Amino acid sequence: MPNKGLLLRILEHDTGGKIFLSLLAVAAVLVSVLNLTVPEASALHVSTYTVTLLGKYLCYALLAVALDLVWGYCGILSLGHAAFFALGGYCMGMYLMRQIGERGVYGNPELPDFMVFLNWTELPWYWFGFDQFWFAMLMVVLVPGVLALVFGWFAFRSRVTGVYLSIITQALTFALMLAFFRNEMGFGGNNGLTDFKEILGFNLQSDATRVGLFLMSALTLAVAYFVARYVVNSKLGRVVVAVRDAEDRARFIGYKVESFKLWIFVFSAMLAGIAGALYVPQVGIINPSEFSPLNSIELVVWVAVGGRGTLYGALLGALLVNFAKTYFTGALPEVWLFALGALFVVVTLFLPHGLVGLLKRRRKKAALKEAPT
Amino acid sequence: MTSLLRGCLRALTMLALSLLCVLPTAWAEENVGVDLMAQLQQFKDGSFDDKARIVAALESSGDERAIAILKSLLAGVLYYRKDDERVVIVKESDDAYQLTDVLNGESLGEAERRDVKKIPINNALRGQLRGALARLSLSHKNPAVRLEAVKEIIKDIDADSVPLLREALTKETDDKVLEAMRTGVAMMDVGSDDKAVRLTAIENLGDTLLPEARQHLQALVEPGGVSDADIRFAAAQALAQIESRRQVYDFLETVFFGLSLGSVLLLAAIGLAITFGVMGVINMAHGELMMLGAYTTYVVQLLMPNHIEYSLLVAVPAAFLVAGLTGIAIERGVIRFLYGRPLETLLATFGISLLLQQAVRSVFSPLNRSVETPAWMSGSLEINSALALTYNRLYIILFSLLVFVALLLILKKTSLGLQVRAVAQNRDMARAMGIRTQWVDALTFGLGSGIAGVAGVALSQLTNVGPNLGQAYIIDSFMVVVFGGVGNLWGTLVGALSLGVVNKFLEPWSGAVLAKILVLIFIILFIQKRPRGLFPQKGRAAEG
Repeated sequence: MPNKGLLLRILEHDTGGKIFLSLLAVAAVLVSVLNLTVPEASALHVSTYTVTLLGKYLCYALLAVALDLVWGYCGILSLGHAAFFALGGYCMGMYLMRQIGERGVYGNPELPDFMVFLNWTELPWYWFGFDQFWFAMLMVVLVPGVLALVFGWFAFRSRVTGVYLSIITQALTFALMLAFFRNEMGFGGNNGLTDFKEILGFNLQSDATRVGLFLMSALTLAVAYFVARYVVNSKLGRVVVAVRDAEDRARFIGYKVESFKLWIFVFSAMLAGIAGALYVPQVGIINPSEFSPLNSIELVVWVAVGGRGTLYGALLGALLVNFAKTYFTGALPEVWLFALGALFVVVTLFLPHGLVGLLKRRRKKAALKEAPT
Repeated sequence: MTSLLRGCLRALTMLALSLLCVLPTAWAEENVGVDLMAQLQQFKDGSFDDKARIVAALESSGDERAIAILKSLLAGVLYYRKDDERVVIVKESDDAYQLTDVLNGESLGEAERRDVKKIPINNALRGQLRGALARLSLSHKNPAVRLEAVKEIIKDIDADSVPLLREALTKETDDKVLEAMRTGVAMMDVGSDDKAVRLTAIENLGDTLLPEARQHLQALVEPGGVSDADIRFAAAQALAQIESRRQVYDFLETVFFGLSLGSVLLLAAIGLAITFGVMGVINMAHGELMMLGAYTTYVVQLLMPNHIEYSLLVAVPAAFLVAGLTGIAIERGVIRFLYGRPLETLLATFGISLLLQQAVRSVFSPLNRSVETPAWMSGSLEINSALALTYNRLYIILFSLLVFVALLLILKKTSLGLQVRAVAQNRDMARAMGIRTQWVDALTFGLGSGIAGVAGVALSQLTNVGPNLGQAYIIDSFMVVVFGGVGNLWGTLVGALSLGVVNKFLEPWSGAVLAKILVLIFIILFIQKRPRGLFPQKGRAAEG
């Protein structure tokens, strides 16, 4: 349990964060209790489906926080964050695949079903170690982290910035999607990894495990939020903001701009990986379509809707947009893409600082009115 | 059997078409027609001997239609109508018989099975027919028909057809037909008893690229093929010669495929090079503007179903207008508020691309639509039997170069082009000189978008037309622009063509998907070295 004083100090001047984290804590407890203790017939019962859905939203929120770190604070519009998310998800998926063991359709204790289906006789080298939970968890942060490190090192060193960087990151995730679609890659090709049975010995279908995963997501999100807030408040965070606002000036003052960018990019990629790892056991599948460029760019709109450069705005945006998506795709499936498209246009034209910016402006106006001039 | 039948019918329709074109001559041949008609009438109740006589007469008549008539007789689709005793070609479809007049190719509608009677033939007649057909086609006026006939003979060559070939060889003038005929003769001579004849035959076979020649040679070299060491050696050498020539043509073919892919990329990227390169605007909806162009082609074809040949000529300007106007609407409605904020422009145009996609899905359907290929674009130009260039790809290469040159001329020679370049180099100064920058922006964007629409017309001839058509090309076209260098049309040309060729060369070695990935990785590494592309813009404007 971290020091309470420290936590409060981190959240100083962060009213939005305080509100959100309190709401998150209340919601997490309430939802779990209502799911586990209230009988199903009761009107107050929260179905396991809803719990999983909420858990999914929380993963998205974590991903949005990760993107807000690089986009909102460092000005790097990454269109490839879904790739880090998916890579983290694949690492988790590989662990869950190994846990299936002999319960697969082909009953092979070593090989996942799709490998048996492809007539493979032994496990590819990169699958070794994934039967261990700790190793898989290590990979969840290392794989996206290393990719971000290598890619960022190349990109930032040669001063690829702005839209160029966005397009290159999009090309990266596109290339990864194509690669993961190939059966020869050994990640299940088109179908991806699915049919998971249990995680750390807990049955993935049971209510308790679902609630546990939901709580884990909430906890991780809270911790990640604290860490992210700590990072942006630190000296490093301030330099990163300086890089966003005036890259050349920061460089001339003597900061090594590339290193700062790289640091925040890698950190953000790791967060995205963790979000992916929490996402996979809850939705029960990971496939290459998670890499699709559309996913990355949808993620950008969550952050844009909420308001970038605030962290809690990203949280808000992710939750709102995803709630709207669930609602629309259920009720009016044709309308959703229209709505999403319009959202992009409206937000960029009229809400450059998102909903949070709108609220701030309101408050400022109100304050100006009240203040005697 | 059905393919043969279809072949006959096709030959007949072609014949009918050519007859239509040369109506005046057909007029003059009226007499022959009457004569033919009279002979044909005898088909139906003459004995087999009579028929043989008529076939011989037809063969020597020199009438163009004889080939078609004999072919359909051989295929067993020649009938006569019971009520007026007219000789017809019959095509069975479902229950009914489709009748076509044998002389002028006129369609006579459908008939019941009992209304017509087949003209019977026997085996002797079949043999005679085959010989007559071979002779007729080997001496046909058109070299393409002769070549086809020789190839047909070569496919399963037998001792009977060799004299035919030898005879035709003495009169042949066309090089390609000559080559095929020599190959045919050589294929028989390889099996001769005379060693010298065999060796010359092998040498001849080594000079050709027909797959049959290679099979014959292969049979010689294989273990148990032939015992004579000299012949074995000659055959192996001939094979090696064929192999090396094939490799050259394979190489050329890959280059051709690469160029055609590159020209598609060029078409897709060149509009982007204008909006992105000249105006600095990232238009993520560019792919969807291409999709609009492709759908315009589809609609144009729906509107003029009887003139598919001309549909593309109409579709190109129509698609230019549709996509161009949409582009201007996007520029006026959204982008002009976002100048100087490239990341926001990227997001807003991405939203527009989603809107356009969904709009097309609602208006047409989420399913792919099929756009027809006009006759003049289908088929292929056969350089030789190892290298055939499909016309649609050939036309698209030409078309993309045409568009490129047109665009270059617009930018370099017109006053609009001058203004566009001025605004691109220094917006404020251009405005100070009295250029209406807003107007120029809108027109530039419209021009870039219009070209995207035109690219869509070309794409509709290569791939399926569906709502996702644009997405497949958007990343590739950005790569081309980034690779070639922003703000430089020549860079786009070189970038597109070289990426296309590289892609196609990697494909056989690594598979299509991996080739794409490798190219992407290559570009990512490339812009490490040259962040401003192959041909960077020089001067102060480039520093921005």
